[in-house]
Amino acid sequence: MKILMYGWEFPPHISGGLGVACFGLTRALADKGHQITFVVPRLESPDNTPHLDLVGVNQFPLNPASDEQAHFISRQIEALSGTIDTETISSPLSPYLTKEQYLLELQRLEARRDEIRAQQEDENGFMLDMSGDYGPNLMTEIMRYASVAGSIASRVPHDIIHAHDWLTMLAGIEARNISGAPLVVHVHATEFDRSGVQVNQAIYDIERHGMEQADQVIAVSHYTKETLVRHYGISPDKIAVVHNAVTREFAPHATDYQRQTREKVVLFLGRITFQKGPDYFVEAAARVLAARDDVRFVMAGSGDMAPRMIERIAELKLGRKFHFTGFLRGSEVEKIFRESDVYVMPSVSEPFGISPLEAMHYDVPVIISKTSGVAEVLHSALKVDFWDVDELASKILAVLSHEPLRREMIEHGAEELKALQWSTAAIQVTDVYAALKNR
Amino acid sequence: MVHVCFYFQVHQPNRLKKYSFFHIGRDHFYEDDNKNRSILQRVAERCYLPANQLMRDLIERHQGAFRIAFSLTGTVVEQLKKFSPITLDSFKALVDTGCVELLDETYNHSLAFLFSREEFREQVAAHRALMRREFGITPTTFRNTELIYNNDLALEVEKMGYQVILAEGADRIMDWRSPNYCYQPQPCTDLKLLLKNYKLSDDLAFRFSNRSWESYPLSPEKYASWLHAVSGAGETINLFMDYETFGEHQWRESGIFDFMAQLPEQVLRHPDFRFSTPAEVAAATTPTARLDVPDFVSWADQERDLTAWKGNHLQNDALEAVYQMQSDVMATGNEELIHTWRSLQTSDHFYYMCTKWFSDGDVHKYFNPYSSPYDAYINYQNVLADFESQLLSQSHTQKK
Repeated sequence: MKILMYGWEFPPHISGGLGVACFGLTRALADKGHQITFVVPRLESPDNTPHLDLVGVNQFPLNPASDEQAHFISRQIEALSGTIDTETISSPLSPYLTKEQYLLELQRLEARRDEIRAQQEDENGFMLDMSGDYGPNLMTEIMRYASVAGSIASRVPHDIIHAHDWLTMLAGIEARNISGAPLVVHVHATEFDRSGVQVNQAIYDIERHGMEQADQVIAVSHYTKETLVRHYGISPDKIAVVHNAVTREFAPHATDYQRQTREKVVLFLGRITFQKGPDYFVEAAARVLAARDDVRFVMAGSGDMAPRMIERIAELKLGRKFHFTGFLRGSEVEKIFRESDVYVMPSVSEPFGISPLEAMHYDVPVIISKTSGVAEVLHSALKVDFWDVDELASKILAVLSHEPLRREMIEHGAEELKALQWSTAAIQVTDVYAALKNR
Repeated sequence: MVHVCFYFQVHQPNRLKKYSFFHIGRDHFYEDDNKNRSILQRVAERCYLPANQLMRDLIERHQGAFRIAFSLTGTVVEQLKKFSPITLDSFKALVDTGCVELLDETYNHSLAFLFSREEFREQVAAHRALMRREFGITPTTFRNTELIYNNDLALEVEKMGYQVILAEGADRIMDWRSPNYCYQPQPCTDLKLLLKNYKLSDDLAFRFSNRSWESYPLSPEKYASWLHAVSGAGETINLFMDYETFGEHQWRESGIFDFMAQLPEQVLRHPDFRFSTPAEVAAATTPTARLDVPDFVSWADQERDLTAWKGNHLQNDALEAVYQMQSDVMATGNEELIHTWRSLQTSDHFYYMCTKWFSDGDVHKYFNPYSSPYDAYINYQNVLADFESQLLSQSHTQKK
């Protein structure tokens, strides 16, 4: 089938799990014979992805006479319950990108504006600037992205429209308005996962509207499906669960790797935000260190809760044993995994959670929160309630103390990793497509 | 003459409470009394009491022609005394009919034979004393935990003076032979061996309420006809199963009680059939052949081997850890510590750590108070760590 897919991230331009998941899924779908056009906000270098056509909204010509954009946005705003201030709404996703970085990026775009205009303006129309990032003006960008979606839908032949997460849901709806093809909305995370109780109403409204409008919803876990049913009032019959799989082309095992740390190392790796539960990791660390002091804790990543975590570590006087690395990339990530004895993901809410799988690839046993999608597919992990720091500490100590436990988890984990294939997910998604086409 | 030999296993483990690392050194009580009580009382209500009543009725109705055997572990007898004395009394009343044989096993339903002969003998002696004390009976038939069996065990049990031993009639050890005869263990001269007919046993224990089973629903007439078909091709049909088959594994709604109420009558319609207990079967038959079983068999899972308790790193480590303490524990001479150590040997603790997810995992999950085998292992090791610290402080005070 011909699939028109709307996404916000795609490798190499990624800042989180969404782009990684989109890559894995599309490659497996292409293997099943589907032809995919994948629309991203911005594409600077030419597309060299072999398994699909990558299209940047910023490269796509738009006919100014159609007045498509303004018309679209007003219709969408009417459709939603509240009004949306496209200038001032800030996104809780901003941890992906700091405000400073965003301002720099805007300045860079501003500087190139005349140059870009000169290139873009031709007799067919003009092109939109898209920064393609997450930042304070995200809502504006989403509207701009959606406005072009219809234009793309009228030019790219397709049987199914597939939109990933709230950022592209409006685009998906607009595309369906143009082409009439069935719309699949794929939920990788919800506003409740990102924000806890302080939900951004505008984002919630878009998510709810997108799922209500969709012909079919795909959730990345039963845990997420439950959220959609409970908090968004979506009918469970409309939601299919398709678990994520292991995407990364993992580096081969370096068996001769020499660890630098003699002491045991316990790792947290992820954004240091409310959603990821870094504070529970810190409290558990204090309890573990009270029991034995030959352990080091590493918190790798960045995020808005980092300063508070650093202050808390200082207050507990654990600075000598607790290390912050900041945001890690590629080879640094690999190295920190190889230095670790146990990986902890104490997420408050994790729709899926791919990083434990990565840790397992490096033979690191994992302790994960029960409120995560990945807990549904992993047996070889220890599972805890994220708030139960005593239990978390007790389990960290158990993994560090009992070699047979560590070995058992690693051996079973290796088997489980092999079974978590994107091809399985692609079969399930294909079934969803087929059912929609036959309706 | 064909003997129909029912033996029912009665066992409940002492489940451990949630015992985290931070309990170690602070809390020396390990058992989950509430859970153990509520499970025992539930099983008593659903199974032990109504099933005992049914057996009693059948014995009376058939005027001694209906006969059965029980093996009650020391742990379940302790729990009954503590949480449900009337149930213990109903077992005693059954034994008093004279139509019920009691078997011996390890007091703690343990794997002691695999690790220490001395400890094994002590636990069997403790069980024998318990049967004498509670029921006034000295058993002559032995069954090891989970029907774990091999040549060495048979020889040891013969030396201890038993006349009969039970084992699983697994294909692996039977080959072309039939479990429906009395055998002699390869190294033994007197001991007789009775083997479970697993097909006919599991028809009741596992398949009875399975709606996708071709023989569902199973009537007493149909089942009796299967038993009668053995006539001429066997001397005994050994039906060994958990007593919880009645009312717990097979719910009352499945009709298992009604089935059992009518079965003896159907079986006894055939003039060549009678009910006998293991000791009676052994007395009435001569071994048809010697059976050589060098490797261990059991009645668990598809494999019928030891892997349900001793099949992965977790189980091996935990087992070694608890048995390594033997000399230190015995050296204390402290009855309470010895009792605690023995209750930590109950095989269920290790069964909970089984990681055979895909084939038999479901059954393991059903009986498992833990959400994962890792949790079972961690909890057990935490308890053991505290027990070890108690042991150390005890031997410390003794030296002073």
